[in-house]
Amino acid sequence: MKRFARLFDALDRTTRTSAKTAALAAYLGEAPEEDRLWAIALLSGRRPKRAVTAGKLRDWAAEHAGLPAWLVEESYPVVGDLAETIALILPPPQRSEERSLSGWMAWLETLRPLEDEARKAAIREAWDGLPATDRLVFNKLLTGGFRVGVSQKLVTRALAQATGIEEPRLAHRLMGDWTPATTTYDRLILEDDPQDRLSRPYPFCLAHPLEEPGALGLPGDWLAEWKWDGIRGQMIRRGGELYLWSRGEELVTARFPDFAPLLDHLPDGTVIDGEILAWDSAAQRPLPFAQLQKRLGRKTVPKKLLAEAPARLLAYDLLEAGGRDLRERPLAERRDRLAALLGGLPPEVPLGPSPALGFDSWEALEDLRATARERRAEGLMLKRAGSPYHAGRKRGDWWKWKLDPLTVDAVMIYAQAGHGRRATLYTDFTFAVWDGDALVPFAKAYSGLSDAEFAEITRWVRQNALQRFGPVRQVPPQHVFEIAFEGIQESPRHKSGIALRFPRMLRWRRDKPAAEANTLADLQALLRRHG
Amino acid sequence: MAPVLSFTGRGLYCPAGDFHIDPLRPVDRALITHGHADHARPGHGAYLASEGAAPAIRHRLGDIRIETLPFGTRHRIGDATVSFHPAGHLPGSAQIRVEAGGEVWVVSGDYKTGADGLSEPFEPVRCHAFITECTFGLPVFRWRPQAEVMAEIDAWWAENRAAGRVTVLGAYSLGKAQRLLAGIDATAGPVLAHGAVEAMNAVLRAQGCRLPETLPLTPETRGRDHPGALVIVPPSAMDGAWTRRMGPVSTGFASGWMQLRGVRRRRSMDRGFVLSDHADWDGLNSAIRATGAERVFATHGYTEVFRRWLESQGYDAAVVEHGAERGAGLEDGE
Ligand SMILES: [Zn+2]
Ligand SMILES: [Zn+2]
Repeated sequence: MKRFARLFDALDRTTRTSAKTAALAAYLGEAPEEDRLWAIALLSGRRPKRAVTAGKLRDWAAEHAGLPAWLVEESYPVVGDLAETIALILPPPQRSEERSLSGWMAWLETLRPLEDEARKAAIREAWDGLPATDRLVFNKLLTGGFRVGVSQKLVTRALAQATGIEEPRLAHRLMGDWTPATTTYDRLILEDDPQDRLSRPYPFCLAHPLEEPGALGLPGDWLAEWKWDGIRGQMIRRGGELYLWSRGEELVTARFPDFAPLLDHLPDGTVIDGEILAWDSAAQRPLPFAQLQKRLGRKTVPKKLLAEAPARLLAYDLLEAGGRDLRERPLAERRDRLAALLGGLPPEVPLGPSPALGFDSWEALEDLRATARERRAEGLMLKRAGSPYHAGRKRGDWWKWKLDPLTVDAVMIYAQAGHGRRATLYTDFTFAVWDGDALVPFAKAYSGLSDAEFAEITRWVRQNALQRFGPVRQVPPQHVFEIAFEGIQESPRHKSGIALRFPRMLRWRRDKPAAEANTLADLQALLRRHG
Repeated sequence: MAPVLSFTGRGLYCPAGDFHIDPLRPVDRALITHGHADHARPGHGAYLASEGAAPAIRHRLGDIRIETLPFGTRHRIGDATVSFHPAGHLPGSAQIRVEAGGEVWVVSGDYKTGADGLSEPFEPVRCHAFITECTFGLPVFRWRPQAEVMAEIDAWWAENRAAGRVTVLGAYSLGKAQRLLAGIDATAGPVLAHGAVEAMNAVLRAQGCRLPETLPLTPETRGRDHPGALVIVPPSAMDGAWTRRMGPVSTGFASGWMQLRGVRRRRSMDRGFVLSDHADWDGLNSAIRATGAERVFATHGYTEVFRRWLESQGYDAAVVEHGAERGAGLEDGE
């Protein structure tokens, strides 16, 4: 595992994409095949289920190091990473054992069926044989999670450098839910197995955020449509089978039996890009995202939920027809062919077009955008009529023009240190609104302030903390922040009865005393309007 | 009977001798452990320091009234007897032993237990009460032998020379910079020192520290005139305008905080070297044990956590309370 530990260190040490790419390409050029495949899997988020919970691992490490558990717990927020904390406290290794990355992955599988005591013994034995530099990576394998700033694009580029295969073809081959257990490096990367190819989605084309459309040129060159608030998905019918992929590269066919009838209606060799939504057929518009979320939590969907929150795919694009890849054809042509395909479907199937919006000026479009929330959309998408379907995020042809977020002014009541890079700053805050004289927590947020602001608030927290609960500090209700969010929904699990989507700090309202922050009643009013 | 030392808003105070140790605000009589800015402050009426620490203190504070004592020499002040003992933190840095009414207290100042080849090695002093710093008082901080770290720095410098890059190494100008100079293989190429570092080099050379030859970094210095050079600079100067005249560079930083990946990344240096002038976890614990003290006061770092640890180890442990908490995890002027 030395080689992989070195790769991890090299990726972690630099923020420069070129250096990361070079390090990964070098690794992919020299590592044994089965290790290469595991490295690609781990770096693209295909990690195995964690073999042990974080709490147990922490306690076992404390025991192994002869330290009280509370001391390890206190050290963790300073380091900001459990795998690293454990690597740092363990006593020096007793012996040196070299096992390959794939060897360790196989070893991990043998842990799963073991009882806790046996598992603990196995892990402690492993720690004793690992040099200090490999322990961090080993602990990361145990806890899952390899965030070293490596995007899918970077993996693809490094792989292209190592193999000489073009990036777009590799990007396509890496899609789908393969794991090193189901394929080999040869089959996946080099041979491109035809059986795998059948189910494999295309890389999604992604949009950049747009502030203002004025600079885009003539409105006539652009196609506008709603940006729906659901799950981006790809519907594939190939080889007599139907596959539904989410953008997270998860095969979700089984979770949406609603779509099964499409097998009879779509011709073989069809791939559609669209949005999966929970659908209100009476109102002919999507149900709130919360309804869709209920369905996501389950592998099998009860009948009641199927009836309450039926799924529908609103199609954005046609990527393949008659088995031919259409991605290089202009968008306008793809949309025409999509319209023709969908026009022939009976009305009861859960698939329809995401309508193109007519507009003759940017002002008219802006007015239309202002009505997005009523239509349960997040804003607009603008796509150049002549554009191909790019792999990934490419600037210039696709834009998302979202609505301004909803906001409330809230009081900060708890602070906690961040992770990784931000481990020495208080960056994770809990916010509350007034309910009479009481402050009711309703959201957590950890992004949106500048480094200088985080440093300032960190000093303040250190000097003013009222009470500590492990790594959490209770602070005097003094500072007001404007919290922005994308959606609001009812949630009996939260004390406030409300859950927000994507809350973040928009700005620090130094001008506002805590007493003037918003109230729970204000939030409930937002819930009625937008929930 | 009054305790030998009490904790006041001005810092550690000895009633029997009517003096302060490393005081935070101006006082009449100050005993100073070493020349770092968080210990040697301006404005006191009279200063007393070890012979080896005085030159740097004088250099930093200018025209002050300062007397010195050799290590180990007892000196009476009022009803107290004081002496200075090596702390191993930097050349001349001292622990201060205070005896009054038959009881002995020792103030550690900043210290490290491993020898660095330049400072007088840390000397355990038996006492009843020990006031210890705990900058790195968590078990995640454990240092590797200095020789290994120096070899790492030598290898990085060699790599940079081969690639035609100038090596820029950040280190505190008093202590760390000289420790690096003495520890690396300075014959491998030209070594340049930033003004603040060069000034401290001169102070320490004058008191007999053997340091390799260094060239001053001036506004005229160009990287191409010193191919393969190593430049030692204080942290505050690391991204100054001068770097642009150096051509391609690789940057590194040497500090105990470099133990943490998060801090390394936040510094956005090419390399971080774990090298501290403070004791690590094991160093703190062994130093405390060696004093034989039953009472231990923690200051300067993760005080509350460290206190709780000491208590669990059977000590009568407390935190030195004066003024604002020094934030855990903040950069320490080591
Ligand atoms: Zn200090
Ligand atoms: Zn110091």
